[in-house]
Amino acid sequence: MIGFISDPWPWYVAGPVIGLFVPALLILDNRLFGVSSSMRHVCAAVFPAKLDYFRYDWKRTGLWNLLFVAGILVGGFLASQWGGSHDVAISESTRIALTKLGIHNFSGLAPREVFSWTALLTLKGFVSIVVGGFLVGFGTAYAGGCTSGHAISGLADLQLSSLIAVIGFFAGGLIATHFLFPLFL
Amino acid sequence: MSTEQASQTRNIDQAPEQDENILLTYFLFGIFFGITLTRSEVLSWFRIQEMFRFQSPRMYEIIASAIAVAGASVALIKRLGLRTISGESIELPPKIIGHGVRYAAGGTIFGLGWALTGACPGPLFALVGNGVTVMIVAIISALAGTWTYGILRPKLPH
Repeated sequence: MIGFISDPWPWYVAGPVIGLFVPALLILDNRLFGVSSSMRHVCAAVFPAKLDYFRYDWKRTGLWNLLFVAGILVGGFLASQWGGSHDVAISESTRIALTKLGIHNFSGLAPREVFSWTALLTLKGFVSIVVGGFLVGFGTAYAGGCTSGHAISGLADLQLSSLIAVIGFFAGGLIATHFLFPLFL
Repeated sequence: MSTEQASQTRNIDQAPEQDENILLTYFLFGIFFGITLTRSEVLSWFRIQEMFRFQSPRMYEIIASAIAVAGASVALIKRLGLRTISGESIELPPKIIGHGVRYAAGGTIFGLGWALTGACPGPLFALVGNGVTVMIVAIISALAGTWTYGILRPKLPH
């Protein structure tokens, strides 16, 4: 039980637990599992700027989602306090490929030479964090969902639109990994 | 107290207590999801790289089993006609396909960002909780991206 709280979960625990959020949220109050709409709700709440896209009752539609997202942040914090600080046990071939790209620090959840405040204004830090973040926010809004909303909720409900979106997710991810990374890392 | 104020007070008093409990439940669900994202390691840039390089089945096993469990649950909910805890029927609104451009184009743009940041939206928040605080900048940038979509939406093909 202690291990369950502090150690990484095997895939056959992690995947099903993630999947169960879909029926849990539906049964709780008809909410569709998804995270990216929280960003739309924040925009609607903070700077709607009279744009049609942000003119709706965000409290009614989105308060649940904002609380869910606040919980994710707290959950990440709790997990980091309970867990041992193991490195992520990635495969040797990935380690070699990343070393060739100039990544040398394999401790933590993301390489510190890219994802740190000191790296933020370097080319690799700026592209990864600022440009990457912008594309996440723009792309999920355009596509109407992210990994949770399309890949999991949408595919679970056999939605063709979600299948198209997920193919797009992987197309974009493969392009970035194999063609863009060598240019800026 | 004016009549209006009185009626507001009454409404608040009469509002079912359950609503607030439900809001707290979403927060608790979020905490559990944040723990899940951390323990499953799907929030790790390294795992995302491993996935996009096809060098481990782990991420694919996680995503596939998540979809299988969610799909079986949704099918069961529909077949048994299950209702929410407050008794409403459960509806999954179909997404409007249109020309499908928004899904292909938006999906690809998000995919680029997913690989660059090594995180989709849920993990961005979980990473901040895990102490990778620079991801606050990625979240602000993502908000700017969503807001920019709000401006450009009338001009974009959907």
